[in-house]
Order: sequence, then structure tokens, then C-alpha cells
Amino acid sequence: MDKIKKITKMSLFLPIFSMILIMLINVVYDIGIGNTPWNFFIITIKNGVLYGRLIDVLNRGSEVAILAIGMTLVVSASAGTDISVGSVMSLTGGMCCMLLAGYGVSNTSEYAVPLMVGLLAGLGIALVCGLFNGFLVSYLNIQPMVATLILWSAGRAIGLLLCNSQIVYVRVESFKVLGSYVGPVPTPIIVAAVCIAIAAVVLKQTSLGLYIQSVGINGKASRISGLNSRRIILMCYAICGLCAGIAGLVATSRIYSADTNNIGLNMELDAILAVALGGNSLGGGKFNLAGSIIGAYTIQAITTTLYALGVSSAQAPVFKAIVVIIIVVIQAEPFKSYIKKISGRRANA
Amino acid sequence: MIKKLKINNDNILLIITIALFLVMYLGGCWVYADKGFLKFQTFLDILINNASIICVTCGMTCVMLTGGIDISVGSVIALDCMIVAVGIENYGLSSPVLMVVILAVGLLLGFIMGFCVSYLEIQPFIVTMAGMFFARGLTAVLSTQQISIKEDFFVKLSNLKIEIPFGIGSYVNSKGIVQTPYIRITVVVALVVVAITFFILGYTKFGGSIYAVGGNQQSATLMGLDVKKTKLKTYMLSTFFTSIGGICFCLNTMSGTTTQATGLEMSAISSAVIGGTLLTGGVGNVIGSLFGVLINGTISSLVKFNGKLISSWANIVTAILLCFFIVLQAVFAKIKESKKK
Repeated sequence: MDKIKKITKMSLFLPIFSMILIMLINVVYDIGIGNTPWNFFIITIKNGVLYGRLIDVLNRGSEVAILAIGMTLVVSASAGTDISVGSVMSLTGGMCCMLLAGYGVSNTSEYAVPLMVGLLAGLGIALVCGLFNGFLVSYLNIQPMVATLILWSAGRAIGLLLCNSQIVYVRVESFKVLGSYVGPVPTPIIVAAVCIAIAAVVLKQTSLGLYIQSVGINGKASRISGLNSRRIILMCYAICGLCAGIAGLVATSRIYSADTNNIGLNMELDAILAVALGGNSLGGGKFNLAGSIIGAYTIQAITTTLYALGVSSAQAPVFKAIVVIIIVVIQAEPFKSYIKKISGRRANA
Repeated sequence: MIKKLKINNDNILLIITIALFLVMYLGGCWVYADKGFLKFQTFLDILINNASIICVTCGMTCVMLTGGIDISVGSVIALDCMIVAVGIENYGLSSPVLMVVILAVGLLLGFIMGFCVSYLEIQPFIVTMAGMFFARGLTAVLSTQQISIKEDFFVKLSNLKIEIPFGIGSYVNSKGIVQTPYIRITVVVALVVVAITFFILGYTKFGGSIYAVGGNQQSATLMGLDVKKTKLKTYMLSTFFTSIGGICFCLNTMSGTTTQATGLEMSAISSAVIGGTLLTGGVGNVIGSLFGVLINGTISSLVKFNGKLISSWANIVTAILLCFFIVLQAVFAKIKESKKK
């Protein structure tokens, strides 16, 4: 009994548990329709690229995973969420494609400026967005949700303005690389892996992770003990903006066009959900990056599983909502104490 | 005895909001006078187009006053429209019955979300986000097609013109026919909702406890208020008003689709913020929110009257205004703090 308690108390218990649950559902489903039970995990090579449902989950989940890195830090440091990430993704894509195709051109097969300039400009504007959010939150003490509401509404609109309200296609092979394949491996997986690795190394090897947590737990106390709380919060938002920029470039490259109306739509909700699923409190303080990442891929696994079960993409949110509610209710403090009360009564009787 | 209107920290934001609306509207009248912005009907059109958002914003203001947030409203409206559309066209139910169904669904959703927020102490953002997914998905479960509503009673209700009496604002057009400005029934509903909200917040015990809970939860508890019950009731009130807004929205669009009213929650929140409601709770009033909606409506109709600008300019201008008001609020909060010291 104690052992079980120890396992359930582990910080990564919830995300890993839900991930395993999703995989089990897949196995049961495959047995049900007469496939091999391990259909979900089988990876084959078709047309020279990796193919399989697991690869699909990893590939499609990359954007949310990248966003989850930034979102985890923002939630930890400022006890608030950055709801502008989806819009910033779209703005990044718009900026990048606008530069690469030239203003007002909606379809191009050659670059107007070098590829690097386009990518860096996209990341640059995402960084500026992050700094803007961070400035409002840290130096003007505005609630994170309200502060990021500004760019939530303006980001996509500015993106549309940059693209002259058109869908800008960039049909150049080197631009498609970021969203397609390097050798047999999908590039988004590599990009996400690199981002996660960098974040993990920086947070583990430097004291930044510790500083962020201490600011999140008690901003005043950490300021008194010599930390520049404001600058740390600003930095978290800047990192979050940068992550949104990278995710935006991947999403844009996937469809080699700047579809400003649809890129990153509702992505902020998935990213926040990933953080919550990862066992992080949205009230700030301690964070667990690994949990968030697993959470991000779990969300994608849920979506892919639902599609495999024959649920249409428009109806999938119903199940997503039910999963979210179950997970947060399990985590809720009053629910936990209620369960404890009941099990205590049983033990006494 | 006339109470003197004093300008202080509490009402200065409201005054700025109303002043801004007047400046913007009169500016529009001046610049686009030749295009017909001057007509009284233009103002009434803003009201007609935003009737449902006014209802939603009233509920949102109450929720924000308790320090919470409700981002499910857009999806709930889409669900409402779809219930009416599917109910009439596929099941042959009459629209008054469906309106009652909608209000009941609204109360039920509000009860579930309010229960999760107040009694299970889950963050409002997450709960209402789940509600948002749920309602939007349920809309698709009902139908994924666009269904237009053709029931006689509903069409009549939608086309009902209520003309402004006493010839206020009426004029004779170029053909010599007298044009009387009119409003739709949705505007009447919206204004009644505003009046009810104003009454609840200003003159009832429940309204007082909403402000108390939002101002300081701990002291509200110490005062003997049932914080959890107040929050639960507020969420139910919000989704109830949203459902009324859903009926208005449906009367305006006369159809049900899955993608309806996306992003409406954010325009409701931004209207409330522009109207001076703080997201931390405790400060704000419904009149400010009404003017917030009107400002947003004026911006979009200004962009429409210009004719050359891309529609996304309306979003950008709204965002700039939002930024302006948020910074202003922060500055006032700082002044208040320094005065206390």
C-alpha cells in the first residue's frame, strides 16, 4: 500500500498515467477490430520516410510540445498564462512569408530575400511580442491574461495586414524542409527535440530554473533575497514568445504558406492544457518541464486516437473536454480530501 | 438635494470610457457625414449588431467582478443556435419551447462550471476552457452542417421592427418618403438585461456579495458571506445571460453552424476591460461594459464606413485601445497604492 502511495505521489505520475491509459485504449481498439495489438507502436518505412501512428503523434505534437516549454516557464514565474502564443505563431508565419515572397505577392517559387533573413525576422518579431507581454506583466503589474489578450487580438490581425489578407504561398523546396523530412525522420520531431534538449540543459545546468521557481513561489521574498524578479518574469515571457515563433515557423513550413487565419488557432489552449496535464499547478511556483512535454504529446495522442476511432475533428473537443475535467477534478484539493475522508471512514469501520 | 458628481478613482475610468465613445462617435459623424454616419439609424445599427454581445458582456462583468473568467460563452452561443436550428428543422419543435430549453441548458452548464470553480477550487480558466471545448464539440455532434431557420414565428420575431416613436431622428429621404429609425427586439432584450444586471449589482444583497467576494475573498468569508454559493450563482447568472445572448444571436443570424461566434468570448472580455472592470475582481460596473461594447461596435462600423480598410484594422484598433485602458488601469492602481502609504 505504501509503495502505491509513493508512486501516486510522484510528480510525473499523472502525465505518465494518462499517456499509458491512452496507449491501452489504442491496444484494446486494435484487438477489437482484429489488428495486431501493437499496431499503435509499429513503425515502418514507406517511401523512404518513417510511418506509423506513434510517429504521427510525435510529428503533429511538436508544435504544442515547443509551446509547452515556454508556457511552463510563464505559468511558473507569473502564475498566469500567455494566451497570445497562437496569434504570435500566425504573426511569425505571416512575417516570414511576407519577407520571403515580397509584400503583396501571394504565390512565389523563388525567395525575395535569403531564407535565413525570413526565418530570423519571424523569430525576431516573436521575441518582440514576448518582450511586450513580459514588460506589461512584470513592470506594469498587469494580470497576465489581460496583458496577453492585447496580442491575442492584435497578433493575428497584424499578420493578416502583413500578408495583405491573402494566403501567401512560398513554393521553394528549402522552405518546406522545416515542416517535412530530413532523411527518414520528420523535421518537426528534430526541432522539438532540440528545443527540449536546450531548455532542459539550460534549466538543469544553470540556476535559472531555480530562480524562476522561487519568483513564482514568492516574488517579494526572492526580490529581497537579491533576485531581480521583474527581469526573470520578462525573460520567461521572452522565451515563451521565442518558442511560439519556432512553433509558428514549423507550422508555416508544414503547409509552405502563411494561412494567417488558421495557423496556431486555439493552440494556446492546447499549450495551457499540456501544462496542466503535466501536473503543474497553474497557480505558479514549482514546475516540471518533463511533465508538460509528456502532457503535450498526450493531447496529440488523444486527438490521433479519436480520429482512429472514427470521431470527426469537429466532434473531438467533446471528449477532450471530458478528459480535461476528469484530470483536473482528480488533481483538485477538495476532491482529494473528500476521497481521504471516505477511505478513512472505511478504515475505521 | 442634488448629489454632486465627484471625480474620483472609482468613476474616472467610466468617465474616460464614455468620453472616448463620444469622441469616437462624433469623430465618425464629422468624417463620414456624407456617407450617412450622421443618421440616428447608424447608432441603432451598432446596438442591433451587438445586442447579443451586450447580453454576454453583462454576465461576463459579473463573473469578472468575482475575480473569475468565463471563456466558454462563444461556444455556448454556437450551441444555443444549433439547438434552435436542429430542434426546428429536424425535430419540428416550436421555437418558444426551444428557447426555454436553451435557457435550461445554459443554467445547467453554468451550474456544472460554477460547481467546479467554487466547490472543487479549480482555476476558472481551465474549467471554462473545458466548457468551451465541450459546447463547441456538442454543436458538431448535433450537426456539422449549416442549418438555416425558416419557422414562421421565429422569422417574424427576427424581422420585427420597433420604430422609434415621436419622430425622433426620422427624416425624409430623396424619394420623399419618411424614414423612421427602428430597433429590433434583440436590442430591447439586451437593454433589459443591462437594466437587470445594473439592479442586481447595485441594489441587491447578491450584488453586494459579488463585489465583496471579488474585493477580498478572506474578508468576505469573515463577514459571514457564503463565498462558494455566491460564485456558483454568479456563473449560473453568466451562462443564463449568455443563453439570452444566444437567442439574440440566433435571431440575428437565423442559422446554426459549428463555427459560429468563435472568439466572441474575447470581445466580451475586452469590452468589459475597456469599460473599467478589473480581471482581479471587485472593481467595475455594467454601464462601463455597455459602453465598452459600444466602443468596439463603433470601431468596426467606422472601418466599414471607410470601405477601403481591411477588416483586421478593427481588431488592431481594439487591441490598441485595450492596451491604452489596461495601462491606464495599472497607473491608477499605482496612484491609489502610493496614496495609501
